[in-house]
Amino acid sequence: MPINITMPALSPTMEEGNLAKWHVKEGDSVSAGDVICEIETDKATMEVESIDEGVVGKILVAEGTEGVKVNSIIAVLLEEGESASDIDASVSSAPAAAAAPVVDTAPEPEKTTEPTAAPVAAALTPAQSGERLFASPLARRIAAQEGVALSSITGTGPHGRIHKRDVEEALAAGTASNGAEAPIAAAKTSGGTTAMATGMSDAQVLALYDEADYEKFPHDGMRRVIAERLTESTQTIPSYLITMDCELDALMKLRAEINAAAPIVDDKPTYKVSVNDFIVKAMAMALQKVPMANASWTSTDRILHKHSDVGVAVAVPDGLFTPIVRKAELKSLTQISAEVKDMAGRAKNKKLAPAEYQGGTTAVSNLGMFGVKEFTSIINPPHASILSVGAGKPQPVVRDGALAIGIMMAVTFAFDHRVIDGALGAQLAASFKGFIEKPLSMLV
Amino acid sequence: MADIFDVLIIGGGPGGYVAAIRAAQLGLKTAVVEREHMGGICLNWGCIPTKALLRSAEIYHQMERAKDYGLTADKIGVDIAAVVKRSRGVSTQLTMGVGGLMKKNKITVIWGEAEITKPGEVKVSAMKKKPMEPQARPPRGTLGEGTYQAKNIIIATGARPRTLPGIEPDGDKIWTYFEALVPKDMPKSLLVMGSGAIGIEFASFYHALGADVTVIELMPNIMPVEDEEISKIARKQLEKRGMKIITEAKVAKVEKTATGVVAHVETKDGKVEKLSAEKLISAVGVQGNIENLGLEKLGVKTERGCVVIDSYGNTNIPGILAIGDVAGPPMLAHKAEHEGVICVEKIAGLSPHPMDKNQIPGCTYCHPQVASVGLTEAKAKEAGYKIKVGRFPFIGNGKAIALGEPDGLVKTIFDEKTGQLLGAHMVGAEVTELIQGFVIAMNLETTEEDLMHTVFPHPTLSEMMHESVLDAYGRVINF
Repeated sequence: MPINITMPALSPTMEEGNLAKWHVKEGDSVSAGDVICEIETDKATMEVESIDEGVVGKILVAEGTEGVKVNSIIAVLLEEGESASDIDASVSSAPAAAAAPVVDTAPEPEKTTEPTAAPVAAALTPAQSGERLFASPLARRIAAQEGVALSSITGTGPHGRIHKRDVEEALAAGTASNGAEAPIAAAKTSGGTTAMATGMSDAQVLALYDEADYEKFPHDGMRRVIAERLTESTQTIPSYLITMDCELDALMKLRAEINAAAPIVDDKPTYKVSVNDFIVKAMAMALQKVPMANASWTSTDRILHKHSDVGVAVAVPDGLFTPIVRKAELKSLTQISAEVKDMAGRAKNKKLAPAEYQGGTTAVSNLGMFGVKEFTSIINPPHASILSVGAGKPQPVVRDGALAIGIMMAVTFAFDHRVIDGALGAQLAASFKGFIEKPLSMLV
Repeated sequence: MADIFDVLIIGGGPGGYVAAIRAAQLGLKTAVVEREHMGGICLNWGCIPTKALLRSAEIYHQMERAKDYGLTADKIGVDIAAVVKRSRGVSTQLTMGVGGLMKKNKITVIWGEAEITKPGEVKVSAMKKKPMEPQARPPRGTLGEGTYQAKNIIIATGARPRTLPGIEPDGDKIWTYFEALVPKDMPKSLLVMGSGAIGIEFASFYHALGADVTVIELMPNIMPVEDEEISKIARKQLEKRGMKIITEAKVAKVEKTATGVVAHVETKDGKVEKLSAEKLISAVGVQGNIENLGLEKLGVKTERGCVVIDSYGNTNIPGILAIGDVAGPPMLAHKAEHEGVICVEKIAGLSPHPMDKNQIPGCTYCHPQVASVGLTEAKAKEAGYKIKVGRFPFIGNGKAIALGEPDGLVKTIFDEKTGQLLGAHMVGAEVTELIQGFVIAMNLETTEEDLMHTVFPHPTLSEMMHESVLDAYGRVINF
């Protein structure tokens, strides 16, 4: 019996992926553990290894195919003594759904600007909370049709069950938020009851420009996720900002001492701690000192995280990743430094595993290297905060009543007001400033 | 009277006694004032005794067609006195049961006629009118005349037959449901004015037992609240059995003769036909019992003969509430019961859900039976829905054929956009027991998908419900 190779799920939430590259061709022999293809998801490219050995009898999904459903058959492996004639029976005995990707090999470029067919399912999934949402089938369907997330609706039925009237009332009141899938909202045009502004349609945008004057680049998975997550963030999170100046003189001095102490191996120091590593550590320590700010919002509960899992925004060609330094409060500066360096490098090659960038309790974005004085970032839910770091520059400061020169860095915190009120946010900012300005305090 | 009741309910019908039990469950000190019979019209002169009569009619009808089933039933006949006696027995049994429930739940029963003298105070005096006989005896241990205090007074006084001027019931030749329930002899011929649930059930009962029955209805269809298609099927079957039905016709005048009545019936083309019969049943609807309660003096708002209430039974006067028939249509026992529970739970500080009147089922026990819930096809269209309609006839159902009941239809109406079940309408054998499946589906807000995914047992009439849903989406199997 030929062995079906199916599209693997690279993360628990993955529903489909792109078949980026085949490493084998029909007729090739493979052993268990051989890399047979590369699968691209919204953020990562993963190599898929063969579990069995045999000869590649047939490749069913061509290289470059997008949106291949998890568990659909992508290739068939022949065992010893089997020939290509055994394949048909094998494939046809597979579930009907598996056949779908076979037909849809070459992606049509025009199609990618259209909403994909999947949107309804996404709205049915409880958003972030992970808890089961009780809603009537009719309420679920109307929410999906209207493109609103059930998690943004308060149910008034028995045990908080969401009923049709709850969805309709939320739509009328404009309190329902978009579902995870932006295309639904974009497709919805009937005015009045629409919960969210939907922006211009694709046709409206394109009509403004001459076709000869632009080029189209279909969104990849990462672009879609960025668009969806950040749209969701701005539409659902009531956020506010706190800006603070931090003096870096002590930190710069300590950093120089630490780096000078690095053992030299092969003419190179074994580590070089960056200012950003200090910032990650300081943020982690501040969240431990002000634990109420290490929070996430869910519709029923405030989640207080025990550890500081700090995401570090890393720019990659045409996109960004936020690999996460887990339990950063427990890690040394050199550990943080090494981890960030490793993950940032792999992020640029899209080799991060989903587990390395999913979750986290806060994030840090540093644009100081571009000379940016200060800026703000958009909270990446379910985080309740994000820290934006500007450049550290020598500036006039007043010390003990006299003018002096200090190295100053402006940082801006964005907070989710649903779980972090103003005074709490300010406490966290002050705590962070304390660690940065007295850097030894975060090392003891 | 030193005691102050938390809740005092005027009327021990299905609305009142259910509200009282719920109130007692919630720990409220509760009293019910009743002047004639625990269980109200429902148990004594309505739902229950008519079902008992119709059961006799159904069995008689089956005996008449025993041959169809390979059975012999010779010399079958009707002993109308025994049929009535059985009906009264059923009624008495249940009425006494309600008395027992009051005792079990430690609810004070006060016997007499109530008047609200001011918010928080009710004066109970002896019943002036002689109650309709035969009557079950009052429960033991009731209180009597006096003045009673209560924080909340719930009016649950029900309704009575509406009468048309000039055609007033006389208890002899012109009947209401009271007389029609306890005939002394089987009338040979009968006119039924009005083809709502009450009219058509009595028409069906008397016709099945051999009377020559003519139904006169003002509207174009019998059972005018039902879906037109269902109503037409019911009419065809009733007519096939020999009942005469005249629609779009009005009884202009009724003359009493030595042997019965002569009704002057005005048909839609303006002609007047004189129909004579032994008896005439006036079944032109019911009206709320709002009189002699002191409502006018207190300024309780009424409209079209009913007390005006909000979703929780509150009237415009604090501390005075109303439920059931007296609080407006649909005048159905199950609506009254549900309103009673909502009203009392709200008083007790719970947060009950207001009732969705679109989801109150209706059942008519004529032969064939009719049952429905939600919007009719016409009403759904009127409301602006784009609909999908499913139909499944009894002739396509194995159990229906085995029962020898091949006539009837199950019809379902869905909102095309959302798949919401907007209405379900049925005519045929046992449909009154089937409709609840769709009522639950509507209440839980299932869509067509969930109904399609539901496994219906085979062989049952309920399979027609499944098939009707499938038919709405072009997937019907057995037809």
